[in-house]
Parts: sequence; structure tokens; C-alpha cells
Amino acid sequence: MELVQMQKSLQDYTKSLFLDNLKVEESVLGVIQKLEFMGVLDSQFLQLQQLQDESNPHFVSQVVTLFFQDSDRILNDLSLSLDQQVVDFKKVYPHVHQLKGSSSSIGAQRVKNACVVFRSFCEQQNVEGCHRCLQQVKKEYYLVKNRLETLFKLEQQIVASGGMIPAMELGF
Amino acid sequence: MVCEMETDQQTEEMDVEVLSSMWPEDVGGTEPDNQFNVEKPAGDSDTLKEVEFAEKRTMADLKRLPDLLNTTDQGSSQLTNLVKQWEYMQDHAVRLLREELKILTKQREEAEAKELKIIEEHNFETEEPENVPVLDESSDLFRRFKEKKRDKLVGRKRIEIDEEFDTVAYWKQKALSLEKMLEASTERERRLIKKLNESLKTMESHSAPVEELTQNLKRAEGFLHFILQNAPIVMGHQDKDLRYLFIYNKFPTLREHVRDKDILGKTDVEIFHGGGVKESEDFKREVLEKGKASKREITFETDLFGSKTFLIYVEPVYNKAREKIGINYMGMEVTDQVRKREKMAKLREDNAVRKAMESELTKTIHITEETMRAKQMLATMSHEIRSPLSGVVGMAEILSTTKLDKEQRQLLNVMMSSGDLVLQLINDILDLSKVESGVMKLEATKFRPREVVKHVLQTAAASLKKELTLEGNIADEVPILVVGDVLRIRQILTNLISNAIKFTHQGKVGIKLKVIPEPSFANGLELNADAEEQNGLTETETSVWIRCDVYDTGIGIPENALPCLFKKYMQASADHARKYGGTGLGLAICKQLVELMGGQLTVTSQVDLGSTFTFILRYKVATSNDHSDDQDEFSDMVDHQPEPDDSTEGYFQFKPLLGSIYSNGGPVIGNNFLPHKAMLPTPVKLINGNTRQSESGYMDDTRLETGSGHCPESTHQYENGNGPCPSKESESCSSSQASSEMESEFTVSSPREDVKTETEIKETSKQPKILLVEDNKINIMVAKSMMKQLGYTFDIANNGVEAITAINGSSYDLVLMDVCMPVLDGLKATRLIRSYEQSGNWDAAVEAGVDIKTLEDKQLCVRSTNRLPIIAMTANTLSESSEECYANGMDSFISKPVTLQKLKECLKQYLH
Repeated sequence: MELVQMQKSLQDYTKSLFLDNLKVEESVLGVIQKLEFMGVLDSQFLQLQQLQDESNPHFVSQVVTLFFQDSDRILNDLSLSLDQQVVDFKKVYPHVHQLKGSSSSIGAQRVKNACVVFRSFCEQQNVEGCHRCLQQVKKEYYLVKNRLETLFKLEQQIVASGGMIPAMELGF
Repeated sequence: MVCEMETDQQTEEMDVEVLSSMWPEDVGGTEPDNQFNVEKPAGDSDTLKEVEFAEKRTMADLKRLPDLLNTTDQGSSQLTNLVKQWEYMQDHAVRLLREELKILTKQREEAEAKELKIIEEHNFETEEPENVPVLDESSDLFRRFKEKKRDKLVGRKRIEIDEEFDTVAYWKQKALSLEKMLEASTERERRLIKKLNESLKTMESHSAPVEELTQNLKRAEGFLHFILQNAPIVMGHQDKDLRYLFIYNKFPTLREHVRDKDILGKTDVEIFHGGGVKESEDFKREVLEKGKASKREITFETDLFGSKTFLIYVEPVYNKAREKIGINYMGMEVTDQVRKREKMAKLREDNAVRKAMESELTKTIHITEETMRAKQMLATMSHEIRSPLSGVVGMAEILSTTKLDKEQRQLLNVMMSSGDLVLQLINDILDLSKVESGVMKLEATKFRPREVVKHVLQTAAASLKKELTLEGNIADEVPILVVGDVLRIRQILTNLISNAIKFTHQGKVGIKLKVIPEPSFANGLELNADAEEQNGLTETETSVWIRCDVYDTGIGIPENALPCLFKKYMQASADHARKYGGTGLGLAICKQLVELMGGQLTVTSQVDLGSTFTFILRYKVATSNDHSDDQDEFSDMVDHQPEPDDSTEGYFQFKPLLGSIYSNGGPVIGNNFLPHKAMLPTPVKLINGNTRQSESGYMDDTRLETGSGHCPESTHQYENGNGPCPSKESESCSSSQASSEMESEFTVSSPREDVKTETEIKETSKQPKILLVEDNKINIMVAKSMMKQLGYTFDIANNGVEAITAINGSSYDLVLMDVCMPVLDGLKATRLIRSYEQSGNWDAAVEAGVDIKTLEDKQLCVRSTNRLPIIAMTANTLSESSEECYANGMDSFISKPVTLQKLKECLKQYLH
């Protein structure tokens, strides 16, 4: 693939990850409605990219990798906990909270929102609701993981081809 | 028959008593003497009416009555009674007849005697006829007789006159006629006797109707008895003095305890004692006086029959001459009914009350639910709107650091200010709803009013784009240190000042503080307990009312707009809103905050001359003695500081300068005014000096020297309020350097700020020590990277216990504290740290189970008096509300996820 084209497609791809979130409407109600159509990532991810510079060139992928490791473990633990005969919500809750914090920090907003719902089910000690939420969280998590991995692959290809990863244009 | 009886009523009214009183006695079957009167057909009109009434019913009941009498026990006893009565009556009739007979016989004897006399007289008359008339007058019977005789005599005389008077024939004739007269008289007498005998017979035959009458009466009586036997009824007749003349009483207690004789002739009051007696007597008297029948319910509470309620009917009784002679009364015991009725009434009342309470409760629940929902909604909104919005604004800011052409920059500026406005609006709405829903809590912290005023003015000056003079004037008597919610007061001041600046185009805007006597609105109306508590005011402590005027020389407010000035979303006019913008919430919030603190916010204004907003609040006067460090510093100040002591200085002025960044287009790093939070004590001078030196645009180092050289101590002084200060002089210099760095970094409106230079300076200056308390690795990583970009480093603690251990081990300038953490959460950790700062020991922490190693105490004691700024990092859910953070001793909070912008602003505020 030609380098320029790769760079362009990376940009486009990155943009697409934010897409639905960017049509912010003026009205408050609009914002709430928009939450339903939000993209995989939110502006927090831009914050991460902003933090990446020459002194710390792999910052984003480091954080995201850490996020993947952490989340894989949490999701595994959650699955185990929820499969118990008697669900110990005192164990489940901190996991969900942790996952919510992490996803919020990297801007995986759909995972985060699923976690918010998950956590409220934990507070209600609703086992069935928790199961459903776990599935939802997993779905969102694998989605964001898949997308981010694709993103990094694109980046690596560009780097491997000797190009620079284009700075995100923030104007969109 | 009744009619007959009524027409027969010739007897005196007084007979009534005798007749009526027999009723009860009949039942007892007593004295036959009294019985006598019963038969008397004549009677009291009322009694007769009663009888009449009974009679009517009797007509129909006569057939049934015997059945009833035969089939019931009551009936048979009644029958025996009747038989007895009948015997009495018979006896009496016989006796009566005998008496009549006796009279008649006597009369006859008299008549005979008279007859004899007459004969004798007539014998005399032959000699002395003049005597006759004298005798004649003695008897009625004889008078008539005599008269006739006279007529005859006269007639005779006339005839006889013709004849010879003194002849034998004459006398013979006379004797003859006398004999005839005697015969006639005898004849008449015989007839009279006959008549007498006849009438005697008739008398006897008369006994039949009497008997019938009596029987009917008896039947009526029996009927009444039959009905009344068990009825809980008292009947009676009382005379004008309310003395009983007759009483029928069903209640055995009375009969047992009081003999009839003890009742008759006495009044209620004489018979009974206890509650209700007097009332009934009064009632009877009232009826008697008014002459109108009436009913009343009276509850008696007497020794005789306990507590009983009677429904009493009283009617006045008149005699023939329509004079009142007494009252009839009838009482029925209705105790149970009254009790039931009262119970019912009570039940109904309870029911009504319960219903009212229920509906009230439902209403409250409804309102509470609504409020809760609204709160939830707001919390969600705050989080869900603020995050993306701050993302937008943040990105715009970052964008502004990139290379842009003029047009792009203009667009971006509009974008940023719009974003800021929306953020401000959201914050305002949240503030307002917090106050309204009562979630807003007030803090009681010590603060220096002069400092606050100065800070507010400095801040305003920093972003001032007009040629206005800002001034602060604080009266000498205003205490140096007071207690109140400094954050809210600062918010109010900032709001009012920015409002004033917005509507002022030339002249001055200022703040004036002075102590006033207790205002009238506080009289009687005690400070609401909440506010009092929140402000830390108790009655024993001295407090002071301070009046704060925020005045301007602006466009003023027309009088008709004043009333709605403090209303939400209201501005003086639609034109103003268009021209000046703003959310229209600022003043509403100010007013609510002031009132929440127990004060009052008012406004006076003149169009084109300016407005003055005044708020009056009560503060507790803080004694600076308990802060030994402060004292030391004051004395230090006197020693080293030739300039007026900043903490007591009462006047500040920030003058406009010619040629702002906006007009000269030059480098913007050295802002015209001291940027906010740059804690320089004598702003006017310094600004002048700085501006001169910073003409070339970038003069950070120079300024740094100026700042630290002139007033190291006072800078130091400032920091006491907000953060731990490295105590010695060299350190204070470095902290003022730090603040200078912040200065250069400050404000969004200096877009071309050179980041590299900034970093360089930071490297040369002493780093503030920051502690990040966070359990999430990813969050730590992100925060670390952000801090690095901002030029800071920090220590990490993974939970509250680690944080306490770290704080115990070394001194920090700032703590960023996650709220929700394992082992020990951020709120608890903060409380323990605050407790340590107050007490100088970690007892509370040890108690809470935190393992603390003993430390060198000296350093501790000094440090423990300074307040370590702790910033919460919250996920902004309901459970991690900002109120809770404040309540647990945190100074501020950053909502998660943490962004570069938020972090920067926070560090700017707390690291001077």
C-alpha cells in the first residue's frame, strides 16, 4: 500500500471511530439522545494521543495494551464470579468500577456506559441484569479492542514503511 | 268518654300532683288511701292529654293488649295488679254509694224534721201567721214551698176578705184549707222521697260508666306500664320552684337510696350531688322562664347512679289561667348512644386526619420522587454533558496552540467562548438546583476578607478587556480573619463583579466592605439553624455583620426591572440579553447563596449612573491566636517588610493601562494585569514595574526577580490560607517562582504562550511535590503522562492507607485523591488527614486501623497547622458527589476522566 494512502486511511479510520459522537447538537436533549448513537471512542482518546510525543512515542499503545490486559483479566474474573451459585456482589462491584474507570480513561465510552449500567445492577444485586450487562460489556469491549488493534496495525504499517504517523487533525 | 272527662274537669290544677304521683306508687301497690284519687275522673290537663294519646293507641291496641298481658310475665303481673286495683275500686264505689245514701237519708230526715216543724208552725200560724216567713228562709226547699203557700194564702186572704172575718166559719174554713195544704205538702214530700229513691237508684246504675271509665283508664295505665316498665326513662313533674311533685323513675338505684318521700317536695340539687345536676336544674329553670319546651343532653356524674347521659325533654305546664305552675320533664338515658356517637365522631375525625395525612404524605412522596428524579437527571446531565463539552472546549484550546491563520483563530475564539458559556450555564444550573434541592452545603472555613476581595479583583482585572478601574475598600474595623464559606462568598463576589464589569463601559467597579450593626431583617428571625451550623456560628462566639457593596458606574438598571432582577433566566430586558449575553442565572444564584447563608442581597440603581449590589452576611470572628504560625508571620512581616502589611491593608486598586494585548498585537506573555492567583502584594506598583520591563514581551525571569525580591514574605503569607508552605525564606522564594510559572502558564487568552520556555523554567525551579492517590493503573498512566506534559512529577499511592503513609513520610503541596478505592477510600483518607492536621497526631487514623509508624514530631507539629490541598477525582456519580467531597474536607474536585485542561486549571489554582 502506498504510504500516503495508508496514512490517509489511518486518519479516516480513526475519525470513523469517533464518528457518531461528533455531531453534537446544541440542545441538551440532543446530547442525551446522541448518547445512543455514540462512537466507540470519545474525546478522552484524543487526550491520550495528545499526550504522546517524542519523549513518549508509544504512549497510546502502551496505555491501551495495559487496558487490554487489565480488562481481559477483569472480564474473566467477572465471568467466574457471576457463574457462582451465590454471586458475591462485593467482589463483582469493584471489578466493574475498575473497568469503568479504565475505559473512561482511555475514552472507550461505550464500554464505560455499559459499565455504568452494570454497576447499577450490582447495586441492586440483580444477577440476571448483571449477566446481561456482562455480555453487553464484553461485546463493547471486543468491539473497541478490535478497532484499536486495527488502528495500531495501521500505525505499525505506516511506521514499518518508514512514514510518520500523522498528527490527528482535531478540527473535525 | 274522654270528652266527658274533659268537660268534667272542674277540679283544681293542684289535683294533678296527687293524681300523677300515683303512677309509681301503683306499681308498688301502696297506700290505698292515695289510690282513692286515681279514680277521680277529673285530672290535670296534661295527664289527660297523655291519656288521650295513649287512648288513641289503645283503640288499636285494645285487642292486642290482653294478648300481650296474657302472654308475658310482665302482663300477668300487670293483671294481678289490675285485679287488685279493680277490687280497690269496687270497694271504693260501694263506699261512695253508701256515703251518698247516707247523705240522702240525712236529707230525708231533715226534710221530715222540717215537715214536722212546718206542721207545728202551721199550728202556730193559726195564732201567729207572721212567723212563717222567718222559718221559711231556713231551707231552699221550704222557701219555694212557702212561696207557693203564700200565693195561696194571699189569694185566700182576698177571698176571705169578702167574708166575715171573725166568724167560726172563717176559722173552720181556714182549718180546712190548712189541712189541705198539709196534705199537699205530705204529697210533695212523698214525691220527693220517691224521687230521692229514684236518684239513689240512678246513682247505683251510674256505677257502670264509672267502672268502664276506670277500666279504660286502667288499661291505658297498664299499657303505659307495660311499655315503660323497662324503658330507661325518668318522668316527673316539678312545681315553679322545681320541687318534685311527681316522679317516675325506672332506675332502681334511686329508689333504693332515696325514698319517694325524700324526693317529693325537693329539688334536683337537694337530692343529687355531682356533675350535671346544676346544669339540668338551670335548664329546667330556663324552660320555665322562657315558656318553651326544649330538649337537651346532659351528662350526670353523681354518686347515686354514676356517669350517665340523659336526653332531657322539659316543657312548661300552665293552669287554666295560663299561668306557669311548673314543668313536666322526661329524661331518657342515652349514655351508650352518646358514647357510640362520640366514638363515631372520633373515628370520623381520625379518619379525616389520617386521610389528610395520607394525601399530604402522598404529596410529599410525590414531590420527593420528583426531586429525586430531577436530581438524578441533573447528576446524569452534569456528567454526560459536561464531559463531552469539556472535551470540545479542551480540544478547541489545544487547537488554539497550533498554527492558525487570523480567520481561523477568530472562529476558534468564538468557539471557545461559546463553549465556556455553555459550561458556565451548566454549572450555574447545577449550583442553582443544588441550592434549591437543599443539597448545597456550606462550609465553615477561616479566611481573610481582604484577601478574598483582592483575589476577586485581581482575577477580574486579569481578564478585563475594558478601561476600568477596579478598586477594593475595606473598612478598618472589618476583622482580619473571619469564618464562613469562603468558596461561596468568593463565588458571589466574582459573580457580582463580573456582572458589574459587563455593564460598565467607563469609570470604576469596586467592592466596599464594612461592619454594620445587626440588620433589621435578622431581628426575631434567627439565622436558620442550618446556615448557623454551616457557618460554624454558635451563640457564645462573637460574630459580626459585614456589609459588602459591589458598585459600578455602569448603565444602571431601570426601576421597573428591579423586581425581576433576581429571578432565574431574567435580564433587565431582552435588548440587554442580546447585547450583553449571559445566562441570566448569576444573580439568582447569588441571591440564593446569600440567603442560604442567612443574609440578604439587595440592589440600588440609577439609570446611566450605576448600580450597587449589597449583601449583608454574618460571620464568626476568628481569633488568630489559635494560629501561632500566623502570629509569627505577622511579626516577621513587621521586621522584614517595610510595606504595609497585606493582611490589614484596606485599599487596592487596579488601574487600566494603555495599550492592551488586544490593541498592540505584541507578544502576550506579560499580561497587562497580574494574572489571577499570582500572589503579589502590591499589585499597582508591580504591574507598573512589570509592564515597563516586559515591553519586549517576554520577561519572566525579570519579573520573577522583582516578585521574589520585593516581597518574599508576603507571598509566603498568602500561601498560608491555601496550602502548606515550605516554611523558610528560601523556600518561599521558590514558591513564588512557582507561582510565576503558573502565571506565565495562566489564561486561555494567551494562546501563543511558549510551552518550551515554560518547561525550561520549570526545570530550573523547585518542583512542587504532588501525590496522586489512585488505584487504577491505566488512570495512573494517563495522569502521569499529563503531569509530565504540564511539567510536573508526582508520587503515587494506590489507596488511602498508602496515601496517609506517604503524607506522613514527607510533605506535599498537593494531593490528587481518587474517591472510590479499595482498602481505604478517598473520603475517609481525607478525613483522617484533616484530623491529623487539626490534632497533630494520627490517632484517628490509627483508630481506623491504619498502621502508622511514629515520626519525628517537630516537623510534624509545624506542618500540621497548614492545610494540605486535597483535590478529589470523582466519577461524578451521585455517590461521589462534590458535596460529599467538600463535606469530607476536600478542597476541590476534578471530574473524571481527567483531562489535561482540568488538571492544568486545578494545578494552577492550588500551586502558587
